[in-house]
Amino acid sequence: MIKIAREIRALTIECIASIGQGHIGGSLSIVDALTVLYYKHMNVDPRNPKMEGRDRLVVSKGHAGPAVYATLAHKGYFPKEELQTLNKFGTNLPSHCDMNKTPGVDMTAGSLGQGLSCACGMALGSKLSQDNAYIYCIIGDGESQEGQIWEASMFAAANKLDNLIVMLDNNKLQLCGYTNDVLTLLDPSKKWESFGFYVQSIDGNDINEVDKAITNAKQNKGKPSMIVLNTIKGKGFSYSENAGIDNHSMPISAEILQKAKEELK
Amino acid sequence: MEFRKVLCNELSALMKENEKIVILDADLAKPDGIYPLFVEFPNRCFQVGIAEANMASICAGLSAYGYLPVMVTFAPFATRRVFDQIAVSIAYAKQRVIIVGTDPGITAELNGGTHMSFEDVTIMRSIPDMVIYDAVDDVQLGQAIKQLINLDKNVYIRMPRKVRPTVFNENYKYEYGKADLLKVGTDITIAATGTMVYEALEAAKLLEEDGINAEVISVNTIKPIDKDMILESVKKTNCVVTCENNNINGGLYSVISEILCSNYPAICGAIGIYDEFGQVGKYSDLLEAYHLTPKDIVKKVKEVIKKK
Repeated sequence: MIKIAREIRALTIECIASIGQGHIGGSLSIVDALTVLYYKHMNVDPRNPKMEGRDRLVVSKGHAGPAVYATLAHKGYFPKEELQTLNKFGTNLPSHCDMNKTPGVDMTAGSLGQGLSCACGMALGSKLSQDNAYIYCIIGDGESQEGQIWEASMFAAANKLDNLIVMLDNNKLQLCGYTNDVLTLLDPSKKWESFGFYVQSIDGNDINEVDKAITNAKQNKGKPSMIVLNTIKGKGFSYSENAGIDNHSMPISAEILQKAKEELK
Repeated sequence: MEFRKVLCNELSALMKENEKIVILDADLAKPDGIYPLFVEFPNRCFQVGIAEANMASICAGLSAYGYLPVMVTFAPFATRRVFDQIAVSIAYAKQRVIIVGTDPGITAELNGGTHMSFEDVTIMRSIPDMVIYDAVDDVQLGQAIKQLINLDKNVYIRMPRKVRPTVFNENYKYEYGKADLLKVGTDITIAATGTMVYEALEAAKLLEEDGINAEVISVNTIKPIDKDMILESVKKTNCVVTCENNNINGGLYSVISEILCSNYPAICGAIGIYDEFGQVGKYSDLLEAYHLTPKDIVKKVKEVIKKK
């Protein structure tokens, strides 16, 4: 899976480079989680993206679209060449995830804070239909400044949605700077523990740790799960890793793309 | 019958037929009259607490899972408070949710300005493909719920909670998308929505006494609006007064003016809220305060006829 993650990173950067600019940082930070989800844990079928009873993923931080598209293309939902259409007029791969455009995307997201509630709705739906599916949801640390995240968290715990596995991409950066400077989350683990979640805090860029945490979360009963992915924004490519607070939306020139390809060989 | 009782009865019947219907409430199930559904269908009714934004997006998730969620709360919280969630999680994502907003406009009465939605029609109208139905009376509401819930569209149902005068008799047949011609006339068209239909009919009686023969149309769905019936009427009367329990900016007055402007220019006067906020008061006090009474309608009709 480490090799797959490296390939997905390269595809993500190529995808963003095709339009010259994009959310590299917040895409690369969740590539390891996406890899483990799609290549180890999620019950999905790329030939049948709407399969009944499948596991679903809501990428509530919808701006990480390019990483999701790279993962889906790698998994075979659509041809890798389509990654070159990112954000081009008429594309099926818009900046923010859109369930009505991209095969394999389970929920539209982009207006931050809403995806976790949507995932709660899906987790309820799964319980009602007794299909034993897992609903995964990736939220951002900056996104967690939205009050709706906490409304949804209260709801998930109160309704014992143990089929809901939330991952916080704790990459510590947001558009205007460090999350701790913009509006600190303080200790996210303590926060979600106090909200009634089964919380694990791990290195979110370590494939084995992510795998183990998801396995634990699936076995946990009676509570929703929170996996705090302690990640590096822009992880895996020196250009984006070292960009610090300029990491949110960055330009990629042909030269930088070449560098990425070499680094991720 | 109280409108909320009609809502509860109809939902109960529909839930028996369609197991995909689920109910979501943000701590207003008792005043909104749907609490009996929580007793009858405990596994299909969800209490989200006082968190309307969460409720709206949960509805989207349930819809994505194949369920048909009905969310019920006071009109301002069903619309303005959760506008982005409705626009993005529900409408843009092409999910299907029935949104019931209770006590719109002056029917909020003693809950006052904070709870008095004069903008709900205006904002909901701007969401592509959103159906907006403003309930006229208990008879119509019962029939409308059945049809609206079975549309493959997002629907905003705007309805008072308590008793309002009944307008339609037992032979009435509601038809989605159609307006109702309640009184035939030749001098002016009065187009009304929701609880203002009753006031418009009262005004038409007063106008008869003054020798003015008004045609009265109950608009029912503001979106989609029955353009044909309105144009047919105005081609005969050559003038209109609109009556609505909403801000005239972006509400029925705007919708009808737009239709006239592109098809058959005619003088159009407005009875409605002239860009003001709400306040506490009984329905009758508020009708007076915002110039919505039958007498105000009569005055407006005479002004408009003079300009013909």
